[in-house]
Amino acid sequence: MVGTDAVLVGDASSDTRTANDVIRKRRWAYGITAFFALVSIGTYSYNEYYTYLSVYLWFGFIYGMCLQYGRFCFSSAFRDLFAVGVPRMVVGIMIATVLFASVGAFVTATGLSTFHSAPVSFHAVVAGFIFGVGMVFAGGCASGSLYKTGEGNSNALLVVLSISITQALFVDVGGWTNKLVPQSWHDSAVAKGLPAVINAGDGWVDQYLAGYVWNQPVTTFAQMSGWSNESFLGAFLGNLLVGVTIPAALLLIAVYIIWSRKSFMRRRAKEGLSTATFSDELAGYWAMITANKRTAIAGLILGIACGLHMFVIQGLRVKFGVRNAGTLLERMGFDFGISINGTVFDPGYWYVTTQEAQWVGWVFQKLGTENMDNIYFGFVNGIPNPAINPADWMSIALIGGAAVMALLNNEFRFKKPTLELATWAMIGGALMGIGSRLGLGCNVGAFFVRVSQGDPSGWLFGLGMFGGAYVGVRFFNWWTERKMAKQFAASDF
Amino acid sequence: MKFEKKADGLFVLNVEGYVCPHPQIYTKKALQKMNVGDVVEVLFDNPSSGESIATMCENTGDEIIAKNDEAGRYRWDIRKA
Repeated sequence: MVGTDAVLVGDASSDTRTANDVIRKRRWAYGITAFFALVSIGTYSYNEYYTYLSVYLWFGFIYGMCLQYGRFCFSSAFRDLFAVGVPRMVVGIMIATVLFASVGAFVTATGLSTFHSAPVSFHAVVAGFIFGVGMVFAGGCASGSLYKTGEGNSNALLVVLSISITQALFVDVGGWTNKLVPQSWHDSAVAKGLPAVINAGDGWVDQYLAGYVWNQPVTTFAQMSGWSNESFLGAFLGNLLVGVTIPAALLLIAVYIIWSRKSFMRRRAKEGLSTATFSDELAGYWAMITANKRTAIAGLILGIACGLHMFVIQGLRVKFGVRNAGTLLERMGFDFGISINGTVFDPGYWYVTTQEAQWVGWVFQKLGTENMDNIYFGFVNGIPNPAINPADWMSIALIGGAAVMALLNNEFRFKKPTLELATWAMIGGALMGIGSRLGLGCNVGAFFVRVSQGDPSGWLFGLGMFGGAYVGVRFFNWWTERKMAKQFAASDF
Repeated sequence: MKFEKKADGLFVLNVEGYVCPHPQIYTKKALQKMNVGDVVEVLFDNPSSGESIATMCENTGDEIIAKNDEAGRYRWDIRKA
């Protein structure tokens, strides 16, 4: 008989070792938290403008803690439905989305939103598809890989590196790829009249952006309903209710019917309870929503934090009289890595992939590569020194926050990658990097944030991720089936 | 990944070192192959896989009869229903 009793009995020395291990991990958790506190205090004492950096940092820290606590991975939401029929993450993400949307609607209605809608077209579906395949191969989405890095998972770190490097290379690719660009994109990109140093007619991504994506319509559910985003009706009825709450509820009903209802009713029948009435269905729906409390709680806090993040950043912009962190950096005397528009990447809300591309872009620049002649780095986001780049600290602190939560819960563990997993990590990370740049964001920036703010392009990216995850799971089913068959044969099964 | 027979009706699935979705997919495939009443001891160290395996078992009716979670390493014994 196997059971916990046999395992939980240990000698005194092993108990002491375990207790010491817990104490050691807690010290590390406090140390990491103290490090970020020192960064905040130290930079603030140098210049109050660094408050901006600290806001990103501490919201990143909260995101990391929430993601680790709730095992919150967008990849899991799509993948586990197909792979093992588990809906817990879809539920968690929809809870977070609706809450973020609720706080976001309030922020938008007060005129303090930092959000800008993205172009709406089929490109978002294609980008989401590529991203979706990648996140299944990699074993985690862009944000999931960050928090898993904080758990000590070096495989997730490889994914982060792969996403970062691929993006930095992809946005600057030119040469033979120019021949793949449709003439209409080239002509349209050149006609935009961007500064000569950007040379928008050279480079695949430049021509994709300026020649195609920028020509697509930009809208929200509020605007489609005839309201402005900042009006009460637009923010709460158009974006929150029509754009987020109703689709989320319908999506969860579909998930309940396909993946959750059967097992719920079977359990209910086993207990001798009714299974035929509408209230039984409501009970099943609610049971699915509350099935995983950790995920639900994480989704709740995450959603509220995301909305507050926008509010606080916009408040600081008003306080300092700026529209972008690039101005603050210039005021403090930094001029390297700022875009030709005087901007750096400063979304004003949770975002993951661009700051990762900037890390590598900055390194490439220091190694002698000229990569400020493309739209992504040179015209919009820049490549400031990572140490003073506010969005960078959001991701660094996200890893730190996840590490703190994992250490406090005794779940931190260094894991070396195997050759098999490292290969999947690199391939999956590369696909996510390409998908991110095509979709102008990842599972967070292109899906979670856009959906929450009533931007239909977010749903299109999500649709693509759904399809990509399905294909990825089908492939992994085949892959694991082969490996399992060998094990079954070897174990005389 | 290692799957082996430990005794009659008792198996071990070691997926330590694997990240999502491998542990939950391998667990699902092992349970599908086993007979009703058989037990599989699943060893894994990816916390998020635990959440998925737990929900999967709840949905299928398979019973997690023992859980040992220690310092980021997990050993769960699951009886096929």
